Amino acid sequence: MSEQIEHHYFDVVVIGAGGAGLRAAIEARLQGKRTAIISKSLFGKAHTVMAEGGCAAAMGNVNPNDNWQVHYRDTMRGGKFLNNWRMAELHAKEAPDRVWELETYGALFDRTADGKISQRNFGGHTYPRLAHVGDRTGLELIRTLQQKIVSLQQEDFAATGDYESHLRVFHECTITELFRTDGRMSGCFGYFRDDGRFVRFDAPAIVLATGGVGKSYQVTSNSWEYTGDGHALALRAGATLINMEFLQFHPTGMVWPPSVKGILVTESVRGDGGVLRNSEGKRFMFEYIPDVFREQYATSEEEGDRWYTDPDNNRRPPELLPRDEVARAINSEVKAGRGSPHGGVFLDIASRLSPEEIQKRLPSMYHQFKELADVDITKEPMEVGPTCHYVMGGVEVDPDSGMSTVPGLFAAGECSGGMHGSNRLGGNSLSDLLVFGRRAGLGAAEYVDGLDAVPAVAAADVAEAEQRALLPFSSATEGGENPFVVHLELQKTMNDLVGIIRKADEMELALKKLEDIATRTRTVSVEGRREFNPGWHLALDLRNMLLVSLCVARAALERQESRGGHTRDDYPAMDSDWRHVLLVCSALGEDNVELARKEQIPMRPELFDLFELDELKKYYTGEELGGHRAGSGEDS
Amino acid sequence: MSHWQHFRVWRGDSEKGELVDYPVEVNEGEVVLDIIHRLQQTEAQDLAVRWNCKAGKCGSCSAEINGRPRLMCMTRMSTFTEDEVITVTPLRAFPVIRDLVTDVSFNYTKAREVPSFAPPPDLAPGEYRMQQVDVERGQEFRKCIECFLCQNTCHVVRDHEENKEAFAGPRYLMRIAELDMHPLDVAQRRADDAQDEHGLGYCNITKCCSEVCPEHIKITDNALIPLKERVVDRKYDPLVWLGSKIFKRSGA
Repeated sequence: MSEQIEHHYFDVVVIGAGGAGLRAAIEARLQGKRTAIISKSLFGKAHTVMAEGGCAAAMGNVNPNDNWQVHYRDTMRGGKFLNNWRMAELHAKEAPDRVWELETYGALFDRTADGKISQRNFGGHTYPRLAHVGDRTGLELIRTLQQKIVSLQQEDFAATGDYESHLRVFHECTITELFRTDGRMSGCFGYFRDDGRFVRFDAPAIVLATGGVGKSYQVTSNSWEYTGDGHALALRAGATLINMEFLQFHPTGMVWPPSVKGILVTESVRGDGGVLRNSEGKRFMFEYIPDVFREQYATSEEEGDRWYTDPDNNRRPPELLPRDEVARAINSEVKAGRGSPHGGVFLDIASRLSPEEIQKRLPSMYHQFKELADVDITKEPMEVGPTCHYVMGGVEVDPDSGMSTVPGLFAAGECSGGMHGSNRLGGNSLSDLLVFGRRAGLGAAEYVDGLDAVPAVAAADVAEAEQRALLPFSSATEGGENPFVVHLELQKTMNDLVGIIRKADEMELALKKLEDIATRTRTVSVEGRREFNPGWHLALDLRNMLLVSLCVARAALERQESRGGHTRDDYPAMDSDWRHVLLVCSALGEDNVELARKEQIPMRPELFDLFELDELKKYYTGEELGGHRAGSGEDS
Repeated sequence: MSHWQHFRVWRGDSEKGELVDYPVEVNEGEVVLDIIHRLQQTEAQDLAVRWNCKAGKCGSCSAEINGRPRLMCMTRMSTFTEDEVITVTPLRAFPVIRDLVTDVSFNYTKAREVPSFAPPPDLAPGEYRMQQVDVERGQEFRKCIECFLCQNTCHVVRDHEENKEAFAGPRYLMRIAELDMHPLDVAQRRADDAQDEHGLGYCNITKCCSEVCPEHIKITDNALIPLKERVVDRKYDPLVWLGSKIFKRSGA
């Protein structure tokens, strides 16, 4: 190929500029590494801005009984004990430090009366735990990290005369391929959106922080960027993904008007007192408390309502069950014909708080409904329904360093897997990306320090990556389909056949359809030039979405039980024999995946002992319970 | 519940361009960005547009709709009559890259010129104490989604390329005000620097920035005017003036 390719050298390249990516980059730079941040959209626009409710960290500012052990237990429960327990442990222990650190970067969280960071209630969290700024916490987080990056660049400018000497942001740049040399990471390849020029980064350490996969679904709260890039890049580079069958359908997305279907309605509405009702006006969540949670949730409306003011002596209302439970309940109500006019249920805050209080606590929600749906949430209930929100599955990593099975390749945030098990608690995402973003940045820096020589990128790999990127323009795909058409079909397939409730025959059909979509994806064709050409961008994103969708469908078909973000109509019960099994995906070429079973490492004894035996019995098989303190107490 | 509407969309690049007419289907509840996406999916696959969240939270899809700077995702089609011609053009104050996408790097350059938050040296992380009433002033400005509509609208730079060098624009003057009002920021001279280094004096409080802000931040009233008042207080306060003279003399 004749084109001159822009070429950069860095110690660490971070792909993704959301919370995890920025925190990783900050850490790598603090460790003295020359670091690049690659952002698919403009700097500061990443999907983290969409996070509303808050950032979970057991600071104990509102309820002093909170501590990391309680947070750890809540996280494991939320994930139905399928979580990587080491990640959950690190997360619970380190989240407070990561939040406090943000204040030194300039973040302004809402305060308690004594001037500390205020914390709010959220589904699955025992105590008020979410640091927040109204209902725009994600924006605060991304802006704070963005401003910290600017501040580090200002320090570098003072020292070197160049703002970008140690930390450089490449925005509107998409990476399409990772390079491996002798089994180790050596660099990556991509294009700039604005003029379509190609770029190559040579770097021994690469951190994936690309977020989720929601754009493979029709109804989603995710933006166009969420096309599973990191997941697919990792697969194609030889790394593995775990837990891909677990997708979180957020219970409350907007359902009307059609153009905003799927947009998120924050869980804070329920945390602050909002209740779910069906078309008969009934608070139906009381009917849907599963056995494993029966002791922790109120059984009457009166008790649930008292909890908001007296949480020590009452149990929480079932509207605050983990998200998977609430999403399934809404789904059932709608299916039973008790839905709202546009196919959702009612979320009512108007009758629960004063208009002033609603506008103060939920300003973005007020604004969103007023402007997009012409609904005044201080006067009328919202109509809501499940929307594809978060993928629990992702790159299989070492919990402490964030390194994947490929040396030099790291992952953090939503694109990594394990931390949340089968279901993520609300608020645990912002804390996840801070804790593991930092760890991945640190892990990458330490890895680079330990290298004797930097691996060189092979010229043939670059040429191949370039060729693949240009394929949609080439004569080989002439007469191929419009990528928008193929994308819509992929979304419909995943939504209808591998959605919130799953059946074997439907997933088999989905896999057949995906096979057909794979052929069509290879031959999509685009018009026009390379300058800011959305058709071309989608053509390249499409192959990532396809590969990820194959993982989701294959893993979902394999797992014959229901757990967290994976519900099987044909296997409705949770099965202890599946709890310790991880489904690991690896790629076979560009559009096929292989599935393997792997045993989960048993929890460390002192962490295991944080739970009561009675609770563990609901999740574990008999022989797994042997090591518990209750058992050894009887022995002695 | 659907009808056809006449859209005119600016197509072109940094060198040349024109308004192109498109008849396009509009359904109930849609916003302008939906229509732009429909054009992409049907007859203009390569129509360049920047967008992300489609929920008014990221500030990416800024454009001028019938001459008014707006977010395309927050402009409902029901606010127009069915026979109205809807003209969508790129932001005027920034150079066009292609179609509706402009080069907004001006803003990132200005962001980098504002000195960052200066944390108190004696406070460890976790020891920060601030009252809600005190953080609320800064929180209003931190609602900013950086859509750059205010930067695009401000007459100081909208038709005066020559002022861009000296003028940070409403968004970044507001950032200075935010830091100046931060209860724990220890930097000195933020207000003075706003005047001397970032062009606060160019602003003659016509409030155009506040009018186009999709977050309804009172940029002029709550950020720029108080910042101007601080400048006046410091620059024209006889005691401060005397102090600065004495300080200069002793330093010389």
